Amino acid sequence: MPERLREKIGATRGYDKFMENALPGKVPFWLDPKKRAIMFQIAVLAMVGLLAYYLVSNTLFNLKKQSIATGFTFFQRESSFEIGESLIPYSAASSYGRALVVGALNTLKVAFIGVVFTIILGAILGVARLSSNWLVSKLAAIYIEVMQDIPVLLQLFFWYAIFYETLPSPGQALCPISGLFLCNRGVAFAVPESHPAHKYMVLALLVGCGVVYLLRRWARKRQEKTGKMFPVFRVSMGIVVGLPAITWLAFGAPMNMDIPKLVGFNFEGGITVSPEFIALLLGLILYTAAFVAEVVRAGIQSVSKGQREAAMSIGLRPPLVVNLVVLPQALRVIIPPLTSQMLNLTKNSSLAVAIGYPDFVSVANTTINQTGQAIEGVALIMAVYLIFSLSTSAFMNWYNKRVALVER
Amino acid sequence: MEEAIQGTHLEELKPPVTSVGVIGWVKNNLFNGWFNSILTIVILFFLWKTVPFLFRWAFIDSVWHTPGQGCREAAGACWSIISTNFRFIIFGFFPYEQQWRPLLAMMILFGLLFYSRDRNHWKKPLGYAWIMGLFTMGLLMKGGLFGLTPVESTQWGGLPLTLLLSVFGLTAAYPLGVLLALGRQSKMPALKLLCILYIELIRGVPLISLLFMSSIIFPLFLPEGITINKILRAQVAIILFTAAYIAEVVRGGLQGMSRGQYEAAESMGLNYYLTMRLVILPQALKIVIPPTVSILISAFKDTSLVVIIALFDLLKTTQSVLSNPEWMGFSREAYIFIAILYFLGCFSMSNYSRKLEKELSRGD
Repeated sequence: MPERLREKIGATRGYDKFMENALPGKVPFWLDPKKRAIMFQIAVLAMVGLLAYYLVSNTLFNLKKQSIATGFTFFQRESSFEIGESLIPYSAASSYGRALVVGALNTLKVAFIGVVFTIILGAILGVARLSSNWLVSKLAAIYIEVMQDIPVLLQLFFWYAIFYETLPSPGQALCPISGLFLCNRGVAFAVPESHPAHKYMVLALLVGCGVVYLLRRWARKRQEKTGKMFPVFRVSMGIVVGLPAITWLAFGAPMNMDIPKLVGFNFEGGITVSPEFIALLLGLILYTAAFVAEVVRAGIQSVSKGQREAAMSIGLRPPLVVNLVVLPQALRVIIPPLTSQMLNLTKNSSLAVAIGYPDFVSVANTTINQTGQAIEGVALIMAVYLIFSLSTSAFMNWYNKRVALVER
Repeated sequence: MEEAIQGTHLEELKPPVTSVGVIGWVKNNLFNGWFNSILTIVILFFLWKTVPFLFRWAFIDSVWHTPGQGCREAAGACWSIISTNFRFIIFGFFPYEQQWRPLLAMMILFGLLFYSRDRNHWKKPLGYAWIMGLFTMGLLMKGGLFGLTPVESTQWGGLPLTLLLSVFGLTAAYPLGVLLALGRQSKMPALKLLCILYIELIRGVPLISLLFMSSIIFPLFLPEGITINKILRAQVAIILFTAAYIAEVVRGGLQGMSRGQYEAAESMGLNYYLTMRLVILPQALKIVIPPTVSILISAFKDTSLVVIIALFDLLKTTQSVLSNPEWMGFSREAYIFIAILYFLGCFSMSNYSRKLEKELSRGD
């Protein structure tokens, strides 16, 4: 029944009364849509419940038979396996719980770095795809098409193979620029030697960010009041880069670098990144960037040419046209699909298990193999990724709401 | 009058050489502005440095038919790894004399796909042909009837397994996805909640966790004595995973339907089932054909993940060739070959989707 009609009838004579008049005699309950819906739902719920009960009872029976204890008590037990790389102190004597935390942090590390580089590369490719330079746009198109059509797992294997088959052993490491060494054990590069100044430089950076935040608020208020624009971007870049630089100079500009040196079969000093991490990062970035490029291209194309022309006709210079007119509108189209690409990257980082990078899935898998706690292990994997996904999409929804069109 | 016109004969002016023809094109597309000119020169230099090198590696210095030793002496690519192990990479452990069967099954599949390209063929008989085709393919793989030797599913592998997982996965996931989408749009709160929970849960976790579940936990779910083979379990995981994504795509199509369509159907006295089947779904599913194809493409690519639970799909057979000491160290060539296969599959699908999108937007 169309709702408007129902409202009309309901307002005048009462819907039920109308039904009674229209259909003489009582409606059997299986023909009453409302009652039928309730019955149908009860039936579905009962079926789902029965299925769940059946599966759970089978599982409990099987677990009992194989004498596997359920629960998360294995968290406190000693893990007795090593993890190749870790952001927090960890050894084989640590507990399983700590091992899982190490895995989760490794996943976050690769996802975070991956997301940053993917957005940069994806934006460049998306703009290149729209370039008026035929060569650039065709090359970008080929890249996007090829990368999208090859499974990411295959790409990971490929980069990993390139690393351990093509690159020489640490003894003959390639050294394209001084301080950077490429070999089949990973990439080693020089970092500034630790110095008390670094702590203050970080502090200066934080202070700079705070000042920039206040400056932006002040500039926006002033512009709203007086219409005068303030070169916010240039001044804030100056503050963010300048404050740490001044601190660095104040400490006498420490220039010493910690350069990796070959000791035995491995590099010591500097920072060494494992081939697994690089292969994973490279595979994820190159693959996801192709999708991000398409998202960016679609976003830019969604801003009609008239918008740009209108902006230019009121006398805005090209950078301002992009900043004030094109980007705010394009971002609104770009953000939602971009979010799902970022989540895809995070989820795809679970493929690390195939090339041996100790991410969460990989550590959980080892834990399952050692303790036999399969259900808990897989449930943990799912829970962790759900938390990542839900929190990312919550953040992106918040951001999306901020940049969304305010219709008047 | 005519004479006057003839008399004032105007000389035809041709456009300047620099704005038409090859020179004009180059000027407009490669050297418009200083930035683009620099970009073009840099890229040309880069291509000049890399392309001839790669070409030499792949075609001139490469070897095509030698044992592993010959490869190690060659300067270029070792394509012998493909030519020597071709049948193992494609068919895996399927009995050697019986390999015509998966080959025939794949040819039936490609034939059906090729025939289905044309939208004019989308009629009932095609549906029956697909059902028959899928049945024949299953029979060819499994054997046991009509004098075909039975082949255990543990021996299935290579390209047929990859195609099997994708085709059966999609065929089963599609109706399930449509049901889930309808459930999510339904007015019954319990049903809606269940569908939302399912879709969001599955979309929030990586496929690999479902594959782990299918390989480690699923056996625990079953009563004693019943076992389901590994391929079927992975297949179920792929179906459950893909269905959630299809559901979201279909939901987009359902939301794109105007209220008028529902009201019109209702005013004609159609019930829910008939409304959906005759009015809503035919239109909604048509709108979402392009995004559905991209789900199909990613499902096809995602079947490669079964490597992690040790099923012998295309990627795994390649890896087992690579673990043979004779061929160790030629991963690049092997992976490039597999990548080309995947690329051909995905590229033809995405090309087809673009063609279909054009046809549909013409509004016939």
